[in-house]
Amino acid sequence: MRRLVLIAVPYIWLLALFLVPFIIVLKISLSDIALAIPPYTPTLDLSGGWSAIRDFFGALDFENFVFLTTDDLYWRAYLSSLRIAAISTLITLAIGYPIAYAMARSAPEWRPTLLMLVILPFWTSFLIRVYSWMGILSSEGVLNQFLIGIGLIDTPLQILSTNIAVYIGIVYTYLPFMILPIYATLEKMDESLLEAAEDLGCSRLSAFWLVTIPLSKGGIIAGCFLVFIPAIGEFVIPSLLGGSDTLMIGKVLWEEFFSNRDWPVASAVAIVLLLILIVPIVLFQRNEQKAREAEG
Amino acid sequence: MRRFSWFNATSLTLGFAFLYLPMVILVIYSFNASKLVTVWAGFSTRWYVELFQDQEFLDAAWVTVRVAVFSSTIATVLGTMAASVLVRAGRFRGRTLFSGMIYAPLVMPEVITGLSLLLLFIGIGLDRGIFTIVLAHTTFSMCYVSVVVSSRLATFDRSLEEAALDLGCSPFQAFRLVTLPIIAPAVISGWLLAFTLSLDDLVIASFTTGPSATTLPIKIFSAVRLGVSPQINALSTIMIAIVAVGVITASLITKRAAVTQARDEQAAVRATG
Repeated sequence: MRRLVLIAVPYIWLLALFLVPFIIVLKISLSDIALAIPPYTPTLDLSGGWSAIRDFFGALDFENFVFLTTDDLYWRAYLSSLRIAAISTLITLAIGYPIAYAMARSAPEWRPTLLMLVILPFWTSFLIRVYSWMGILSSEGVLNQFLIGIGLIDTPLQILSTNIAVYIGIVYTYLPFMILPIYATLEKMDESLLEAAEDLGCSRLSAFWLVTIPLSKGGIIAGCFLVFIPAIGEFVIPSLLGGSDTLMIGKVLWEEFFSNRDWPVASAVAIVLLLILIVPIVLFQRNEQKAREAEG
Repeated sequence: MRRFSWFNATSLTLGFAFLYLPMVILVIYSFNASKLVTVWAGFSTRWYVELFQDQEFLDAAWVTVRVAVFSSTIATVLGTMAASVLVRAGRFRGRTLFSGMIYAPLVMPEVITGLSLLLLFIGIGLDRGIFTIVLAHTTFSMCYVSVVVSSRLATFDRSLEEAALDLGCSPFQAFRLVTLPIIAPAVISGWLLAFTLSLDDLVIASFTTGPSATTLPIKIFSAVRLGVSPQINALSTIMIAIVAVGVITASLITKRAAVTQARDEQAAVRATG
């Protein structure tokens, strides 16, 4: 009895507030837009009995999904989200790896402090961290003032409201997600392996490529997924730092819903986004599973 | 130490400069006297004064704190229950679906979570406001809580609880007197995580709120959409200061607790030896 209550309470909560809403999105994505409240059709009327239910299912179709393929705004937005997420992931890796490496090679008494300094930004508002770049990157911003001040450029660079600002924003906010898993694998690494490689005639650089990188592969893959997956559906960064030509699907969904008030198309956009995300999420799960098996 | 080189020192310096400089610049400019946010015109606290006179901001802050307290507390209770189901309930019908529903919200894009909850609230005719934001925040943060708590529960020695039961505790007493004190650090960090997630959330709150309730992130977002605002700089500085003080205090407390525990253990070893 006690066990039943323990299972039932969180179970029913998640069913009602996670699974049911998701089914509603799926259902509305198959409906048509209508000038009514709620603004879609058909709506299910259970009092009509079986024939009403049959009519209801008969009126659902894949029209919105067909619409997504005909209007090139949508597939360009999906592709551009994937591209922006992939490029920012690679930049984050290039910046995050040396930091994680230096942390793992620092004196052991320093490591807890360094680790706390990496985690601290997590607790600071995400919105504020993105916002802080607006004052730096704008045309009269700190960066342009600095570059003009040292005489490197004469006219301010346009960085804010471009894709470059979006890359900077993603790299900045997700950098700790990259550093932490890489640091975790590098810290566990046995340094005598490097000495062995050097004794056997490897140069330092080739020992790094042949020993350190392969041993930290698990951390690299985990870090890349942890940046890539949330970056695809990002909304705040493109809408604050990006320009009107920055196409990201999270922003398209938001506008479809709040500006165009087209709920069926917004729902269809959400469903396709989820289908795209399933591939990296499954790959990530498999990587984690492998890491657990290697440890256990 | 053999491999600690100039290269490592440089990447640490540059890396942490990159992580912290934007926030430092934000803090400095919050004390700028000029309304033109990019021109330095001397030290001033006028934006702080204006911020505290702005009733809309104060209202939004109050809404945000209430939402965060309620949602993180409910999420901690539900998340701890879910964690003990995941770790201890063994097999039951629908277990795969249950663990799927715990992990899926962690990777779900916020725009989708927000959209789906809004469509649910409209579907059942629920008036949108503080209550619906609390429901939404509880749902996604209970999943984070259960992940944090279940990792602690997994390493928990069940024989302690069995001993308590043998000694005549009821199951609830055993939980309250034995299990809870041991998993308390994980439960507290789960609550803190849920609290900050709620404070910080813009997207899900924007979808699930109505005209009656504006949270601080919604207010900030609409204020900075068109550019930098000195009042928001002041507000950000206050929020950064609160987090810094909180995290440093928490780490000092845990450090002291660890030292005390180590001393107690040594004393126990001496006493038994």
